[in-house]
Amino acid sequence: MIPAAFDYHRPQGIEDAIAILQKHGDDARVIAGGHSLIPMMKLRMAEVPNLVDLQDIESLKGITIQNGRVNIGAMVTQHELITNEGLAAAAPIMREAALQIADPQVRYMGTIGGNVANGDPGNDMPGLMQCLDATFTLFGPDGARGVKARDFYEGAYMTERDDEEIMTAIHFDASTAGYAYEKQKRKIGDYATAAAAVMLTKDGQTCSSAAIALTNLSDTPIWSQGAGAALIGTDCGPAAIKAAVAAGLDDIDPSEDNRGPIAFKYHAARMMISRAIASAWARA
Amino acid sequence: MNDLSPDRAERSAKLKGLGHSRKRVEDQRFTQGRGNYVDDIKMPDMLFGDFVRSPYAHARVKSINIDKAMALPGVIAVLTAKDLEPLSLHWMPTLAGDKQMVLADGKVLFQGQEVAFVIAEDRYINADAIELVEVEYEELPVITDPFKALEPDAVVLREDLAGQTSGAHGERKHHNHIFLWEAGDKEATEQVVETADVVAEEMVYYHRTHPCPLETCGCVASMDKVTGKLTLWGTFQAPHVVRTVASLLSGIEEHNIRVVSPDIGGGFGNKVGVYPGYVCSIVASIVTGKPVKWIEDRMDNLMATAFARDYWMKGKIAATKDGKITGLHCEVTADHGAFDACADPTKFPAGFMNICTGSYDIPVAYLGVDGVYTNKAPGGVAYRCSFRVTEAAYFIERMIEVLAIELNMDAAELRAKNFIRKDQFPYTSAMGWEYDSGDYHTAWDKALTAVGYDVLRAEQAERVEAFKRGETRKLIGIGLSHFTEIVGAGPVKNCDILGMGMFDSCEIRIHPTGSAIARLGTISQGQGHATTFAQILASEIGLPADSITVEEGDTDTAPYGLGTYGSRSTPVAGAAAAMAGRKIRAKAQMIAAYLLEVHDGDLEWDIDRFVVKGAPEQFKTMAEIAYASYNQAIPGVEPGLEAVSYYDPPNMTYPFGAYICVMEIDVDTGTHEIRQFYALDDCGTRINPMIIEGQVHGGLTEALAIAMGQEIAYDEIGNVKTGTLMDFFIPTAWETPTYTTDFTETPSPHHPIGAKGVGESPNVGGVPAFSNAVHDAFRPFGLRQAHMPHDHWRIWKIGNDLGLHDDV
Ligand SMILES: Cc1cc2nc3c(=O)[nH]c(=O)nc-3n(C[C@H](O)[C@H](O)[C@H](O)COP(=O)(O)OP(=O)(O)OC[C@H]3O[C@@H](n4cnc5c(N)ncnc54)[C@H](O)[C@@H]3O)c2cc1C
Repeated sequence: MIPAAFDYHRPQGIEDAIAILQKHGDDARVIAGGHSLIPMMKLRMAEVPNLVDLQDIESLKGITIQNGRVNIGAMVTQHELITNEGLAAAAPIMREAALQIADPQVRYMGTIGGNVANGDPGNDMPGLMQCLDATFTLFGPDGARGVKARDFYEGAYMTERDDEEIMTAIHFDASTAGYAYEKQKRKIGDYATAAAAVMLTKDGQTCSSAAIALTNLSDTPIWSQGAGAALIGTDCGPAAIKAAVAAGLDDIDPSEDNRGPIAFKYHAARMMISRAIASAWARA
Repeated sequence: MNDLSPDRAERSAKLKGLGHSRKRVEDQRFTQGRGNYVDDIKMPDMLFGDFVRSPYAHARVKSINIDKAMALPGVIAVLTAKDLEPLSLHWMPTLAGDKQMVLADGKVLFQGQEVAFVIAEDRYINADAIELVEVEYEELPVITDPFKALEPDAVVLREDLAGQTSGAHGERKHHNHIFLWEAGDKEATEQVVETADVVAEEMVYYHRTHPCPLETCGCVASMDKVTGKLTLWGTFQAPHVVRTVASLLSGIEEHNIRVVSPDIGGGFGNKVGVYPGYVCSIVASIVTGKPVKWIEDRMDNLMATAFARDYWMKGKIAATKDGKITGLHCEVTADHGAFDACADPTKFPAGFMNICTGSYDIPVAYLGVDGVYTNKAPGGVAYRCSFRVTEAAYFIERMIEVLAIELNMDAAELRAKNFIRKDQFPYTSAMGWEYDSGDYHTAWDKALTAVGYDVLRAEQAERVEAFKRGETRKLIGIGLSHFTEIVGAGPVKNCDILGMGMFDSCEIRIHPTGSAIARLGTISQGQGHATTFAQILASEIGLPADSITVEEGDTDTAPYGLGTYGSRSTPVAGAAAAMAGRKIRAKAQMIAAYLLEVHDGDLEWDIDRFVVKGAPEQFKTMAEIAYASYNQAIPGVEPGLEAVSYYDPPNMTYPFGAYICVMEIDVDTGTHEIRQFYALDDCGTRINPMIIEGQVHGGLTEALAIAMGQEIAYDEIGNVKTGTLMDFFIPTAWETPTYTTDFTETPSPHHPIGAKGVGESPNVGGVPAFSNAVHDAFRPFGLRQAHMPHDHWRIWKIGNDLGLHDDV
């Protein structure tokens, strides 16, 4: 439970941080809240000779909501996601999901940037970001670029981000859609056995838009276009939910672990999707 | 002198003796971070030791190359079995009469086994050095299933035992077999089972789990080469036994060894045994001449130090048509892992598993336990229990439920029909135990009334109908448990550990100004001994509990005792405290008689003083007597006021209780919610009701963990799948339900103050209550037995197997 030796860097600006990453290449990695990275280092599953701490970089902090667009700095903690009233009004699903991450101690340290950049299929924020159709800003030696959350994840711990890039912000549209984040977990502090993020809008008694994304049911988060499509134009009644669930299950590829065998994962996914749809519909 | 105020009630209250909910005196330092745990011990020049552990569950060790590790600056030495062999310390005896490798001798037998011991200047260097030790392994076939281990062509696990057809506990019938231990009357039981009206048969598995104390195991060994004295601080539940074992192993005379248990952050049986870390630290300190510290991390603790349970219990319970039990037959296949390192009294290799007739009057019974080697970590300790009582209680409380199903009878009624009646105590069970006292029917009725049992059953039945109509996906389970424990080991005539009789001890010194220090052979790991033992003494000697210091754990000062586990502290050391207190009082009476110029016999004891019979204004308080004992020349009486008592209990004590758990189960997700948990405990005389309640809450929470998710699981090749707290379930406040505690009070007739012990009851009785609730919820759909832990997917599987889901 003791990590290998490392050098510690604490740059004051984003350019300095990038310079350090460029200098050390593979031998450097940024650290945000450290609550995914440090356990990996202690287990010696990650060896990081140069640790670049982002906490002094002011430009990575803060939540702003302007013209219907939400902008969250990468270093905003999960705790802030819960306590920020503006965010709770603009995207209430953020608070609902953040409250289901780990425990308060972890949330005081863990950041949204770390959670989405990590690439761990167990993290809750990536699926949520896909549901919200968020865009990530990556800043590298060649400047900034935006990548859609729905295009960002390639495999477990593999993302679109280049080694020399830092995620600086996350943005998405404020929304009044009905929402729900349903997560089954074994206990407080546990990653999801299965979780579903659902956002949908209503036109009269008909569903006019729907986005559904799933957590920890494949080696990446799963934005299930089919599941969303199955709801649009329906009354989100039992038949529609059944069709959406079927489409969602088609898109996942869960694996067996201590949370249960594959058949159970499918079952849990079914429950989370259907419950999230029902709850989001009731709020739409 | 003749002032009679304060009155008796006030004087009694001031003592804070028996029955007083005195606040725990320990908590001041614990809640302010001022405890002193073994890892808080820091000494000049102290070195650190840590293990290279086996990644394989079964492999030959072809070679160990330490060159790269030794080249790392700050590394002092790397010990392997070869280094320990000349000292005959590469193996060590276990408490169960087996032996265990200290460091891998030719092969490894479980994942996490100690292979080499690295000694370095600090922990960081140590962690790097461990990675530099190069071990070449050749993998061997792995056995993690005790039934497969006993197949004729199973690979030989313990090559060191080749050709040995008998072990410490008799015949070995197979190369992976350890012992067969039997109790009761096999023939008579089999006959009853064959001819009974009704027989319920079931395999009940109590899965492998782990005590997982908050503080892991560790020690600091310091050999002083000048004085020749070895001091060993560590997480020891039995410091005197450790001293004796250390002396026998090392050849150092026992007076030159001092073993100290500082504050211990939970033990639960995990800290009873002797571990390779202790042996290696001692050797390392002798070799280097410096103090050496070894502290496990969480993964080490979960992977390598003592596990608990892992009992496959095959039961047959026979009864008449109307539900009177006529016989009980139990055959256990016990997975002991790679070495038999159970911590049981020597003559009881399966502990007190033969208490498995439980609270019931069962005329004949048989128990046979086969101990088996597998490629899993050694242990088999009593996790908050008295030597397999948890397994026994779970077994019988499951068998009763299965019998109720077989008879189509209410399980509460079936229990009541078979309880040992109050007038049958002292009661000798079919296995030969003499239950000291009990009143099961009263406790049971009180419990059923408290929860509103009949109303609950009606609600449950309605819910089942609603479920069948598709109106709900939640079921209600009513989990019943009536347990009887056997604790307080134990009478020296049949209980010993490595030949040491399981008595315990207390020594009291009264100071001139009316305060006192008491030292005992036990050691608190959170039970609150400093609080409760002072209360026992306050009532015995009439000095306020607040004026009595209780000290334990230092073998240089405490009298010899067998330590704390198996709920033995109050039954045995608590009794020693009372008896030592009575010796103090006897001498005090002589002193008081002298001071009051009357005969001893003219005095009577009254709370905190001796009073001349018939003349209440004529008295001497204990404080006055204490002073006199130091400053008066009393003819025929030695100065001072001290006493020591070594107490050999005449019998065990038999606490019991009635627990009821009401659980809502979501059939779709396999999640549960505990709506109500009622726990009635009868632990005899109640010393401190608040501490009892705290112990019950803690024990129930551990029981919840075990029943609902906690396990040590292995894959087929022997990898531990549950090596961190992400996967090994420890409930937080969030998962922990609200408990309602209650009591009846049936004193033990043979214990000086009638106390029986309570710390382990909630674990023993709680697990069957939680598990029975799960079973009970599915009983209307045909469930008989589903193995623990009842985590989400396993509950889902119950529903799935019963066809309660529509997605399959
Ligand atoms: C007990 C426990 C339980 C947990 N349970 C959950 C849970 O239920 N759900 C959940 O979602 N998470 C859970 N987590 C993880 C937690 O939310 C982490 O905090 C989060 O995954 C990572 O955020 P961080 O700020 O701590 O990142 P770090 O650990 O510092 O970094 C994680 C990774 O992301 C990279 N990184 C961080 N920031 C950036 C950036 N700005 N640009 C580029 N790369 C970056 C790092 O280099 C590293 O590889 C749990 C953690 C613990 C310890």
